[in-house]
Amino acid sequence: MHRRGVGAGAIAKKKLAEAKYKERGTVLAEDQLAQMSKQLDMFKTNLEEFASKHKQEIRKNPEFRVQFQDMCATIGVDPLASGKGFWSEMLGVGDFYYELGVQIIEVCLALKHRNGGLITLEELHQQVLKGRGKFAQDVSQDDLLRAIKKLKVLGNGFGIIPVGGTYLIQSVPAELNMDHTVVLQLAEKKGYVTVSEIRSSLKWETERAKQVLEHLLKEGMAWLDTQAAGEPQYWLPALFTELYAQEITPEEAKEAIP
Amino acid sequence: VKFDSGVLLLSTHRLIWRDQKNHECCIAVPLSQIVFIEEQAAGIGKSAKIVVHLHPASSNKEPGPFQSSKYSYIKLSFREHGQIEFYRRLSEEITQRRWESMPTGQTIQVNKDPQAGRIRAVGIVGIERKLEEKRKETDKNISEAFEDLSKLMEKAKEMVELSKSIANKIKEKQGDITEDETIRFKSYLLSMGIANPVTRETYGSGTHYHMQLAKQLAGILQNPLEERGGIMSLTEVYCLVNRARGLELLSPEDLVNACKMLESLKLPLRLRIFDSGVMVIELQSHNEEEMVASALETVSEKGSLTADEFAKLVGMSVLLAKERLLLAEKMGHLCRDDSVEGLRFYPNLFLTQS
Repeated sequence: MHRRGVGAGAIAKKKLAEAKYKERGTVLAEDQLAQMSKQLDMFKTNLEEFASKHKQEIRKNPEFRVQFQDMCATIGVDPLASGKGFWSEMLGVGDFYYELGVQIIEVCLALKHRNGGLITLEELHQQVLKGRGKFAQDVSQDDLLRAIKKLKVLGNGFGIIPVGGTYLIQSVPAELNMDHTVVLQLAEKKGYVTVSEIRSSLKWETERAKQVLEHLLKEGMAWLDTQAAGEPQYWLPALFTELYAQEITPEEAKEAIP
Repeated sequence: VKFDSGVLLLSTHRLIWRDQKNHECCIAVPLSQIVFIEEQAAGIGKSAKIVVHLHPASSNKEPGPFQSSKYSYIKLSFREHGQIEFYRRLSEEITQRRWESMPTGQTIQVNKDPQAGRIRAVGIVGIERKLEEKRKETDKNISEAFEDLSKLMEKAKEMVELSKSIANKIKEKQGDITEDETIRFKSYLLSMGIANPVTRETYGSGTHYHMQLAKQLAGILQNPLEERGGIMSLTEVYCLVNRARGLELLSPEDLVNACKMLESLKLPLRLRIFDSGVMVIELQSHNEEEMVASALETVSEKGSLTADEFAKLVGMSVLLAKERLLLAEKMGHLCRDDSVEGLRFYPNLFLTQS
């Protein structure tokens, strides 16, 4: 006897329905992709128009760049993700930041032997501006920070450490945890720090302070001055220029000499 | 006369402003006259400013550009950059009051040009009106730009929403979407700079663009790699490639995404990631483990070496030299001596002499 389960027909029907549903599903996505493609073309046109009117503004005005970046971030768009993106191609923002990235890498590499791979944002800014020459476009510290954030993905240890109102830029894959960061922040005021200062400000035990300082020494980010009056001082070369070298104009120099 | 476009100088005694074009025009305020200063953040169409509040002029004050002013403060406008830095240094100088302990040099003539000394302009009101007009003009340009930008962003936001909705559909269908459609979708995301909502991984990875790029890189990097012993850090590659291009540069993410495809495309280079997170490109023919053997020889010859010393000897970058030594240590060939003097590597005698 042929056994025809009650469900056979129902199953067949169900299968048919499923197939139809899948088809519709595919069609739905196809529709939306086609829609996206069209909208993308329209957007590209809008962007071209915007670029023709305001490309200069972005190039020349660091504040406008900040506004632009912030707005992109708010809506969930990263204009610097790819050189192939519309933003980069049409507004030229890509080239601006990627080239800046190259310049930052080069400056950090050149100074690494001196500061162990740690440099203040100010010094980096100065050096980059110097390297760019008189006729190049101006770059702001905000621009540098954005370029650095993009460089992180290259795995070279680029990092941004907030210290006393500014930032230290790390460019080597040395591990710097919270303890190290906090000591760097403490050292920022005078350019150096001692074990006692760490103990009194941070309430740490000597051992912990010493470990952190030794790590910084090993990485070449700190130098030890054992001849300092009192106890040994741990200096950060990254902060030298910042605190102890002030730039003066020729007029002022003339004035300063009696 | 407009006090526009100049250079602001800070000495231990004074705040000096010098016209960039007309160097004869130079005005100064002694720091001792400053009561306090405050910052005004930049806004749309407004540059960052520092407002300097001053004491009333003393009677023996030398003649300056204006006889009097109804304001007791001056505003310094930083059109380009430098406000934060300058504010910090000015605050420091005011706090330290070094002018009290240091004698000034001979007083410089503030206005060298006798003509300039008689600058009266059309009263302060006239000047301020002119500055206001200029500011309004700039404001107009900026606000138009900003308006256009806002409209553009609205449209971009729509794109983001649409991409999210498509991504949700893809998730729901769990693989019923064709490969072709996936690639198309990813390239749309790439154009807009939208993170891939489905995989949450790197933007637009696996697109045709990155495949092409990977192939290009294989061509460009062959020689440089051979010249550098078969291995280069990704930052080196980034600089090399972009310097060569000059225009239409690669973003760091473009580079990483392309490199991730090298192996699957069976190209003669590959991406390698060390434990430290350092990323390198190696020739397929390069065998880092073999290089370790020769590194061990070098270290043994010298007794011990730091990464710096090794790098110099072999002619490698310090970054890669360190990675090689660390790898050798991981493989058990080298031992470390970690002291404040630095990280030094020795042949692992425990292994060889046990």
